Amino acid sequence: MTDVVMPQMGESIVEGTLTKWLKKPGDRVERDEPLFEISTDKVDTEIPSPAAGTLAEVMVEEGKTVGINTVVARIEENGAGAAAAPPAVGAGHARPEPAATVEAAAPAPEHPPFVEASAPVAKAAAPAPPAAEEPAPAAEPAGPLSPLVRKLARENNIDLSRVKGTGAGGRITKQDVEGYLAQQSAAEAAAPMRPPAPPPVPAAPAAAPAPPPLAPAHPAKTRIEPLSTMRIKIAEHMVLSKRTSAHVTTIHRVDMTAVAQMRERNKAAFQANYGFGLTYLPFITRAAVVALRQFPLLNASLDGNNIVYHNEINIGIAVALENGLIVPVIRGADEKNVLGLQRAVVDLAARARSRQLKPDEVLGGTFSITNFGSFGSLVGTPIINQPQIAILGVGTVDKTPVVINDAIAIRSICHLSLSFDHRLVDGALADQFMSKIKQVLEGWTEEVQ
Amino acid sequence: MRNCCLRELGRMDYASALELQRRLVLERQQGKISDQLLLVEHPHVVTLGRNGHRENLLASDEILERAGVAFHPTDRGGDITYHGPGQLVGYPILDLREWKRDVAAYVRALEEVLIDTLADFGIAAGRIPKLTGVWVDDRKIAAIGVHISRWVTSHGFALNVSTDLSYFHYIVPCGLTKPVTSMAALGVRATLEDVGYVLAAHFGRVFDCQMPLAAPALAGARKRELI
Repeated sequence: MTDVVMPQMGESIVEGTLTKWLKKPGDRVERDEPLFEISTDKVDTEIPSPAAGTLAEVMVEEGKTVGINTVVARIEENGAGAAAAPPAVGAGHARPEPAATVEAAAPAPEHPPFVEASAPVAKAAAPAPPAAEEPAPAAEPAGPLSPLVRKLARENNIDLSRVKGTGAGGRITKQDVEGYLAQQSAAEAAAPMRPPAPPPVPAAPAAAPAPPPLAPAHPAKTRIEPLSTMRIKIAEHMVLSKRTSAHVTTIHRVDMTAVAQMRERNKAAFQANYGFGLTYLPFITRAAVVALRQFPLLNASLDGNNIVYHNEINIGIAVALENGLIVPVIRGADEKNVLGLQRAVVDLAARARSRQLKPDEVLGGTFSITNFGSFGSLVGTPIINQPQIAILGVGTVDKTPVVINDAIAIRSICHLSLSFDHRLVDGALADQFMSKIKQVLEGWTEEVQ
Repeated sequence: MRNCCLRELGRMDYASALELQRRLVLERQQGKISDQLLLVEHPHVVTLGRNGHRENLLASDEILERAGVAFHPTDRGGDITYHGPGQLVGYPILDLREWKRDVAAYVRALEEVLIDTLADFGIAAGRIPKLTGVWVDDRKIAAIGVHISRWVTSHGFALNVSTDLSYFHYIVPCGLTKPVTSMAALGVRATLEDVGYVLAAHFGRVFDCQMPLAAPALAGARKRELI
């Protein structure tokens, strides 16, 4: 006999109200299967059974409030039923601690899901309340089976010995059964005339990948995939921006030779001293910051009929992700030198790609830079990152023959493009701004660290 | 530091969000995913907690239907409540064993997140002893209702940002005959997105976790569902 007690759900909690028994006396219960519910202060909690067996006695009725550690029920562990035995795993395989682990076996269903008409079509087999004790299928696979798995197997007429278990100790979970069903129906669709597929290799303890379903006879001509949340956001933002701002793009050719030389001189030292390289981006960011200070209208936003000048210069840096992009912000970019900017770029890009950015790190940008040159693009016409006024696009830096003083020279050339909002900024101002960036980069003298 | 993945679901109907929560709770219990914070806005819906009282629904089914309000019994704690446009609804899926193992502390922490968020928008909100939720004077601005299974939380809170408060007339919110309010009613104009960002930052601080932005993994999850 195992006593079931009212658990302590928190330091300050001394009692709980037992709101609902999920099992009746005489019902079979699996260990960790929800047994009853308690309610404390707007929190409903399902309490799992501490042991497998038969619910022998219920001492506290629904609606009663009792102190913690009060015995509310007893479980007879030697009750009839196949699942009472410990799972048939290797003798050396320790049973996991009850509280510390969650069985991978299908959880007992809570309540039938309530599905509105607009809910997506889901679930080949919806969970349903557990049926009373059922005879186990003839061939009992390793590990106890949850009532849900038994029910699924019975309803779909599945021989469970053919299903590979991926749960703890090779147990068969609801997902395993659903996977098996999906596989079966795929195979049937592919070859309706063939005899049933031979049973898969008996369950291996390790979760080996399931054999791939056979290709359908008539491959579909399209494939439908819902947009990711990020993609939806990007799509909305891009269209919003195009609708909001009167986009114009101006392109300037910039001689990056001075910067390239500075970069060459410091690259190795950066790698040695700071553990990251030195790219062109922090130089261009620095030049943009200098130009933004001189032309604050490019660091502004438009709010109705008001111009909002931002006193901080916070530069958004577009970072490409596998399935989208994100624009983390270097705050106070005007207070950083090339080293500080490079560090910020490396840090934000790395954390953007590993999805470690904090939400406020993508907020509050006042101007953005996008570096498509790193993917080989010569020139682009970027879309403004609302509610900003302009965005600077950086093309590749290539050694190019150019004419200087009527002589042909080889220089490191980069094309910078500025998309700006013509509602607020005219072409003359935009080109003055770009000329300033060009002037800073071409005559680079500032030390980088 | 633990991770708590922030998923902004935008507008999603109650049943779909419930289904998503169920799946995430299961995956969290199995240790397949980290903690999650879902932020969502629901179309008009009235929901009734497991131990709620149907008599706190004041309108008939017919009136609700005519007003375009769905009705949905659910398994969270608490009584009856209304969700709708302009309300920021948060569903944290947390394994409390990795936090404090304390249900009461969890509810107080949710209140703290909401109170600090409102403070950032210049609203002085607070608690009323024994009345879970967040209050401005004696008006309720945010409701809390939680479900816990194997120490993993679901359901959560609903903060009235610019909610049309007239919809609360259909119910006795949480079985209490106290008035409700919203940020907009208190003169603060903010979008759900803005409030969500601020709230996520406070959530990360109070629960001592990093809040990486939602990965596009959701698309994968939906895909599985459609098979």
